[in-house]
Amino acid sequence: MSIFQQLMARPWEATGAALENLRHPDVAHRAAKQLALRVFLAVVAVLFFLLLTAYGTRMAYEDWRPAPQLGLLWANTFVLMLSSVALQWARHSVRRGQMDAMRVGLLAAGAFTAVFLFGQLLAWRQLGTMVYFDVANPAVAFFYLITGLHGLHLLGGLVAWGRTVARVWGNFDATRVRQSVELCTLYWHFLLVVWLVLFGLLFTGNNLDLLLKLCGIR
Amino acid sequence: MSYVAHDASTLVPPAEVGEVELYHPKTFVGKYIWSQDAKIIAIQYAVTAIGIGLVALVLSWLMRLQLGYPDTFSFIDPSNYLQFVSMHGMIMVIYLLTALFLGGFGNYLIPLMVGARDMVFPYVNMVSYWVYLFAVVLLVASFFVPGGPTGAGWTLYPPQAILAGTPGATWGIILMLVSLAFFIIGFTMGGLNYVVTVLQARTRGMTLMRMPLTVWGIFTATILALLAFPALFVSAIMMLFDLLLGTSFFMPAIVSMGQQVEHAGGSPVLFQHLFWFFGHPEVYIVALPAFGIVSDLISVHARKNIFGYRMMVWAIVIIGALSFIVWAHHMYVSGMNPYFGFFFATTTLIIAIPTALKVYNWVLTLWRGNIQFTVPMLFAIGFVFTFINGGLTGLFLGNPTVSVPLSDTMFVVAHFHMVMAIAPILVVFGAIYHWYPKITGRMLDDTMGKFHFWITFVGSYAIYYPMHYLGMMGVPRRYYAIGGTDFITESAHSVNVAITIASLIVGAVQVVFLYNLVWSYFRGKPSGGNPWNATTLEWQTPDTPPTHGNFGPTLPLVYRWAYDYSVPGAKQDFIPQNVPPEKP
Repeated sequence: MSIFQQLMARPWEATGAALENLRHPDVAHRAAKQLALRVFLAVVAVLFFLLLTAYGTRMAYEDWRPAPQLGLLWANTFVLMLSSVALQWARHSVRRGQMDAMRVGLLAAGAFTAVFLFGQLLAWRQLGTMVYFDVANPAVAFFYLITGLHGLHLLGGLVAWGRTVARVWGNFDATRVRQSVELCTLYWHFLLVVWLVLFGLLFTGNNLDLLLKLCGIR
Repeated sequence: MSYVAHDASTLVPPAEVGEVELYHPKTFVGKYIWSQDAKIIAIQYAVTAIGIGLVALVLSWLMRLQLGYPDTFSFIDPSNYLQFVSMHGMIMVIYLLTALFLGGFGNYLIPLMVGARDMVFPYVNMVSYWVYLFAVVLLVASFFVPGGPTGAGWTLYPPQAILAGTPGATWGIILMLVSLAFFIIGFTMGGLNYVVTVLQARTRGMTLMRMPLTVWGIFTATILALLAFPALFVSAIMMLFDLLLGTSFFMPAIVSMGQQVEHAGGSPVLFQHLFWFFGHPEVYIVALPAFGIVSDLISVHARKNIFGYRMMVWAIVIIGALSFIVWAHHMYVSGMNPYFGFFFATTTLIIAIPTALKVYNWVLTLWRGNIQFTVPMLFAIGFVFTFINGGLTGLFLGNPTVSVPLSDTMFVVAHFHMVMAIAPILVVFGAIYHWYPKITGRMLDDTMGKFHFWITFVGSYAIYYPMHYLGMMGVPRRYYAIGGTDFITESAHSVNVAITIASLIVGAVQVVFLYNLVWSYFRGKPSGGNPWNATTLEWQTPDTPPTHGNFGPTLPLVYRWAYDYSVPGAKQDFIPQNVPPEKP
């Protein structure tokens, strides 16, 4: 039943229990975890959307100085994509019961993520040593703030990833692991999309400005 | 129960398998300190919130003493005064009301009312409380650091919040911002729980539209909070960066105390937008649970089904959605495009429609009801009056032409205290009188309760009604002393004295309430499981207070909505939700 149909119900007329919530409790708990992650992703999406909006607002001021572009970020983006691909592969494998392939996928994803985070640190250092570096320049400050928050979310993901990896050796509960892998994959894909939006709009030239002009807002 | 359950299996198929095992602690510490039981966590939340709320109450006394009797108290200087104002506001709005409604009532009532054994993620729920407690500790710590707590006003507007000269501009504001960040992290953990529990853990037969309005209010408020708090989180982090790392997100080039600061180009208005993008939904984060709870109180104590249940649900959802597109009405004076102001004035006034609808429905529920003037009912009716009063001045302030001259006057203070301080706190009291029997198994004392209600209710009007007149006269808010100003007459000072006396009395009467809480816990009249003859599931538990797991060996099945009161032809004037329909 769609949410709108549910909201149209006339509870005072119908007496008798509707046939719902009849799933196996394990299934219910799995669904709960998935829903919780999705709600959390909505919260994270709001967080980054607000940062994006703040960035766009600040860009409108005439003293705006764009941050220097870092070639390294392209490499980092590529590595983050690889980690998402690896997790997708792990997810695909666990669904077909190929546990070895899943382990490889999981470990590869973790490694790529670590490389990405290391790359982001390098980017921080690169920017810090440039002559353009000026902490009072909002573009620079936003760069550190936004990449920092994104990196922290990935670090949090790595905790969940670590707990999953710890569980996939020896005798393990396949359905549980399968869900963990699926949830990790969803989280990584989401953070990849967030990064692609941020990177595309903010850190590769003046694309946000262009977009706003295209939409007629500026 | 006088209703004979006929063959219920035709209506509800049996559960397919047994339930998931709950974690059962053995030790005292596991049961009551590191507890994963939502009911215990609720009490922890409530006690912490009320404790810190009492601090804020004392702060308001100190403010009123200064305003009523300027030049009398040597221990209140202008800096202290601003610190009292700021901490009073911040504590009351976030650390008391938000935490109490969502962390306290949410944790206690959601699982019980939807027929769940516990929250979906009990461990996360426990962590949520401890993070909240840590945030409170940080907040309290700011009273003891060099410079004291921040005096920037509860809105923490930059640039003044972090400029030298503002009280608590170093340690105070740092602790404030860090504490807020932790509060938000803790709340997000709890909030995920409340949302997922409502959506996933309802017992069989509990459709969305059979949920009591209390659950609807708390559920919608939680969604608002989850989506609004990130704005406060971002602005807190950005301000910390400005203060600690020397960035210029919010800090413009400015000369402070004769010195050019090192910041340049930041936008203070950006902070205001972020803050109020959180701040306005925050009003409804506090109000929606109150709306929900008051609907249930009125229905139970008037022995009548709530008038227009579907409208009430839709109104809650619509108010929640609208609350995200009105924020700039807090910023009319910050300078904005007139069309922008027009937009926000329009959306603001549109909110009045679903809100008025709710008020009509409460009144129509009372209409020809079998009204029981119990203490919870008195508080509920008190809420309706107060909310109408505060709401009406909101119509004034929603219009830029009226709002601009009234900005930063006592009129605004009177308005928001009526609508989001007194009104919700009346509901908090009503709800405590209503659910205390379920939480402890004993009734709160009626005489003390009525005394508490009348003094609080009449007293708050004595405080805030005259304040509207002060505001219209032009008395500004947040001023340490108004002194001898031409446009402020001598009588304004007399009014201030009267307000101060009223506030001292109202504050003191809360001691009666606290005494009642403690006294009744030991000496109160035993209440039985369902003293108010209510229909909702929390009153149908086999044990009172409910044990861990809430409902004994089997979860209740729900056959009807939450408001079957005074059903024609029924033997009793209420039919609990878990009573099957009689055979025709």
